Amino acid sequence: MNETTHIKPFLRLSGLEPLIVRPETNFVNVGERTNVTGSKKFARLIRDGQYEEALSVARQQVESGAQVIDINMDDALLEGVSAMTTFLNLVQAEPDIAKIPIMIDSSKFEIIEAGLKCVQGKCIVNSISMKEGEAKFIEQAFICKSYGASVIVMAFDEVGQADTKERKIEICSRAYKILTEQVGYAPQDIIFDPNIFAIATGIEEHNNYAVDFIEATREIKNRMPLTKVSGGVSNVSFSFRGNDHVREAIHSVFLYYAIKAGMDMGIVNAGQLVVYDEIEPQLKALCEDVILNRNNDNNEATEKLIQFAETVKAKGKEIVKDETWRLEPVQKRIAHSLVNGITDYIDQDTEEARLQYPKPLDVIEGPLMDGMNIVGDLFGAGKMFLPQVVKSARVMKKAVAVLTPFIEAEKETKRLAHIAAGTVNEEGAGAAKILLATVKGDVHDIGKNIVGVVLGCNGYDIIDLGVMVPADKILSEAKKHNVDIIGLSGLITPSLDEMVHIGREMARQKMDLPLMIGGATTSRMHTAVKIAPEYDNGVVHVLDASRSVTVAGSLLNKETKPAFLSNLKTEYDKLKVDFGNKKSAKQYLSFADAQKNASVLDWKNFTPVKPTFTGTKIFADFPLQELVDFVDWQPFFIAWEMHGKFPQILSDEIIGKEATKLYNDAQALLKQIISEKWLTARGTIGFWEADKTAPDTIVVKNDPPVSLEFLRQQIKKAPGQPNQSLADYVIPVEENKQDYIGAFTVTIDGIEPHIKRFNGNLDDYNKIILQALADRLAEAFAEVLHKKTRTEYWAYVADETLSNEQLIKEEYSGIRPAPGYPACPDHTEKYKLFQLLGGEETTGIHLTESLAMYPASSVCGWYFANPQSKYFGVGKISEDQLLDYTKRKQMDEEDMRRWLRPVLE
Amino acid sequence: MKTLQQCLQERIMIIDGAMGTMIQRYKLEEEDYRGDRFKDWHSDVKGNNDLLSITQPQIIEAIHGEYLSAGADIIETNTFSSTNIAQADYDMQSLAYELNIASAKCARNAADKFTAQNPDKPRFVAGAIGPLNKTLSLSPDVNNPGFRAVTFDEVAAAYTEQIKGLVDGGVDILLIETIFDTLNAKAAIYAAKHFFRNNNLPELPIMISGTITDASGRTLSGQTLEAFYVSVMHANPLSVGLNCALGAAEMRPHIEELSQLAGCFTSAYPNAGLPNAFGEYDEQPHETAHIIEEWAKEGFLNIVGGCCGTTPDHIKHIAEEVAKYKPRVRPVVEESLV
Repeated sequence: MNETTHIKPFLRLSGLEPLIVRPETNFVNVGERTNVTGSKKFARLIRDGQYEEALSVARQQVESGAQVIDINMDDALLEGVSAMTTFLNLVQAEPDIAKIPIMIDSSKFEIIEAGLKCVQGKCIVNSISMKEGEAKFIEQAFICKSYGASVIVMAFDEVGQADTKERKIEICSRAYKILTEQVGYAPQDIIFDPNIFAIATGIEEHNNYAVDFIEATREIKNRMPLTKVSGGVSNVSFSFRGNDHVREAIHSVFLYYAIKAGMDMGIVNAGQLVVYDEIEPQLKALCEDVILNRNNDNNEATEKLIQFAETVKAKGKEIVKDETWRLEPVQKRIAHSLVNGITDYIDQDTEEARLQYPKPLDVIEGPLMDGMNIVGDLFGAGKMFLPQVVKSARVMKKAVAVLTPFIEAEKETKRLAHIAAGTVNEEGAGAAKILLATVKGDVHDIGKNIVGVVLGCNGYDIIDLGVMVPADKILSEAKKHNVDIIGLSGLITPSLDEMVHIGREMARQKMDLPLMIGGATTSRMHTAVKIAPEYDNGVVHVLDASRSVTVAGSLLNKETKPAFLSNLKTEYDKLKVDFGNKKSAKQYLSFADAQKNASVLDWKNFTPVKPTFTGTKIFADFPLQELVDFVDWQPFFIAWEMHGKFPQILSDEIIGKEATKLYNDAQALLKQIISEKWLTARGTIGFWEADKTAPDTIVVKNDPPVSLEFLRQQIKKAPGQPNQSLADYVIPVEENKQDYIGAFTVTIDGIEPHIKRFNGNLDDYNKIILQALADRLAEAFAEVLHKKTRTEYWAYVADETLSNEQLIKEEYSGIRPAPGYPACPDHTEKYKLFQLLGGEETTGIHLTESLAMYPASSVCGWYFANPQSKYFGVGKISEDQLLDYTKRKQMDEEDMRRWLRPVLE
Repeated sequence: MKTLQQCLQERIMIIDGAMGTMIQRYKLEEEDYRGDRFKDWHSDVKGNNDLLSITQPQIIEAIHGEYLSAGADIIETNTFSSTNIAQADYDMQSLAYELNIASAKCARNAADKFTAQNPDKPRFVAGAIGPLNKTLSLSPDVNNPGFRAVTFDEVAAAYTEQIKGLVDGGVDILLIETIFDTLNAKAAIYAAKHFFRNNNLPELPIMISGTITDASGRTLSGQTLEAFYVSVMHANPLSVGLNCALGAAEMRPHIEELSQLAGCFTSAYPNAGLPNAFGEYDEQPHETAHIIEEWAKEGFLNIVGGCCGTTPDHIKHIAEEVAKYKPRVRPVVEESLV
């Protein structure tokens, strides 16, 4: 070493990766949602043992920018030690969460210690204090130190919790002396929480609490500069519960002053902080008075803020439009429109900008891109959500549309000038191009459209080939446009094979551009095991639209690309190896044994119900209004990458506001769809006598009869657990009782002209809402027909009283599984289903070569009425079943193998 | 006589090489492992190398002697698996404490003999604390990621017993090594801190040596090198370093990074290259020494030696090469932010 290295006394923490808190770090966001005392949702998930979903809360925190996550299991109904242990052990298995340090939060020291025993990284303990005396404090601090944790010391002593500046400073100074001199703590590992208390409570003694905190912080950092100061920020605005608008403003103003005074970290809802500069001036001034306790004699400032809060409340959701931004210069107005997704003024603002700049292209490269960069940054930081970004994109597109004729005209002038001068016009290299396509045989494109919008927002040039695009077209278009990345999307399982095929073709054609894989049916595992091995020049699975940006960025940056791809390769190779290992771990029964272990139903005491008719019934134009109440909104939000239960999502602390906006927009569009009759709901149902002639074969007594073949679970089950097949739910012929089976299709038709119109209006936002709504309506229609089948047409449940929620939870009697889905994973049985119902002509649905249904918003399935029937997954099957099944279906073995590949062992 | 700290200020110190590789040369059979005392033991014990400290102490002492002759300043006790958890493989849990004492004595005897011969080059004994065959951060069951085969308390108790044996046997240093799961190492640190405090004993210096398992630059439990370092800093270690899994060539970038990060001394004892198709190490002593010489020249090192596949000959070559260079100067650890 040529020069001596210096190591600064920073607070150093770690998960799988280090977090070094440097002076320039400014403020560390500690995610607060994984706290059972603060989040009802998280508390419920933990109480119900839904740890998988609880992990997603943690993941969401990390994604929305938390640098540390606070985990608290203090709940009277919970066994805290075991809840903390279980949750932390699970977190350790999730690298995307475990990468950041953990704050173990409890008022019970045994829970803290249990947590410390689970985490390999360096944690923060939240908290210890001297409330039970020095001896206990020293003992607890020593224990924390022997686990290597930093500690939060709450300003609390034998007398009580410190509320004044002086008491806060006194207690913290005393704790500091003990920790550094008697326990051996490094000063930088000590974090003080000098207690943030609620202000503006109406009690005059509380008015100075924020000032006390801020001034105590200043003095603590002055006396003990290496220590850190933290606090639970939401306490300060506690008296404004239920008024998030005011609370957010108070938090923001409070942090502005506290951070200036030296506050280093805080437990906050990162996604919800408003930017200090963006708070409306009147509210900001009121907040400042209350926080800084100015002009507050006789609670004057407090009263004013309360009054203001009332006006906000009284107005309800209808927030008065603040039009002051219209007075700003045009660049700022454009940025405002982009960030807030306002289209009202963008045409005139763009035109105004065009006249200011030398060239129309300058407007795009200048104010428009500046605005989109802000959007990109806010989205990246988890401060904007997908629906907002899509709205921003709409504004951008509109602005570009204003400029395009001028740009074209300018190009033409230049071209003519070049021709006149005899010079060649060389086009400069433009933005990186990304080609997107839904693969051959698949018709689903909501996710792909969203990815297109998000990437478009980030400055990429998107070439969208649409749906059902054959491999050769994708590859030839990619070459023709000289694109930089190909992105493939698919929703149904056969699309997976098509993607493998495209990967193979790219290798054969010696292409070198990277391939991104996305869509509901795709997975990191499938990509690693099946696609990546086919093509060496980069295959990346992209989980959702928000991640497509960083992935595209890494792939297109010459410096980061090699490392990104080599890391990815290592990761995928490992997945592949793990997959291989895992595979051998599962045990399978022979097919004969699996059939012997079929579900045992008591046929002797069972009489099948005869449907009210046999044959088919068509609902050519079912009233859309009757579907509205049956819409399951949760998947609608998931389509927008907003995860959470409905309707709770509307009041979620992080995304509630945006979710509500989206919901209102969707409701408005839905109303319009219905009143203007944009879409047609078409459905077909049918019932037939059915004989089970073999363990997995059901003969439908239509003219001509149709033999349905089912697949059976083959994995070795625990004793007493059957190897299920849907055929188990139909009475065997030997019982001499006539059983029945049913089938249905539903489709929502007529979307195209409206999609076209939205495309024409550059309105991706409403286009995606429309597509997602059509999907929801199709699902609702399936639900409605199933209900009518149960109660009216097959009428096997005389009196059913189920709420929509219960329907969504599938609490109804009998099932409606769809070919191609887990209980009957063979898509080719769809041919029989459609044949029975009268084909394309009756159902209004076209089957593609991959057996996707077109229109895309369609659902089909079998009806089983047996009260014991339930949904299950066939899982993987072995070779012997495949051969038997092929024989039964009289299909070509290779064909069969191709269709069943996803379930083959 | 010079203390360990003084020696480290003056020169790059040499730690010994592989014990297992040397034991293999003796081609011992089941009965050799059993010796007289365990001739009727109910399970096979061949391969329980730590047991040899009780049944064949002369062999272990002789191997220590070979490394000391080759120039090792620090020798590691033959206790890589001497915990009641790891010994369960041979049903010898109850022998854990005794194994540590026996191994510590073998090393102590050998080291003291050499120190007596040449008091200017004092030799030190490091009590080796291995990683265990069960791990606290990873689930052995792929379908149940929250499952753990062992608890923190069990691991800490096992290490406490091992540390007591090592200390009672007279070691100079505790060496927590081949760490592929940082949480296991934290349990060892926890055990050490509590052992010394509860018994009112002065703390022995702790050396910590992690294992980067592959080119990703992370431990098996997923931490980056810096995250690993931050997670064990609280041990206030004498040294932090890396050993095993990689050969010197692959270890270089990580040692370079560590030498920038660590406020304490640094150590490295790589394998003799990467294993060939037969699991053997064939990097020759001069090859290993050549790579390590460059590290010494760059000033990355305070303590260096060998792990799997290295022999006294490797140690001799390494010692000769690095003798030419000054030890790494530790970074200045500042006490203020400005």
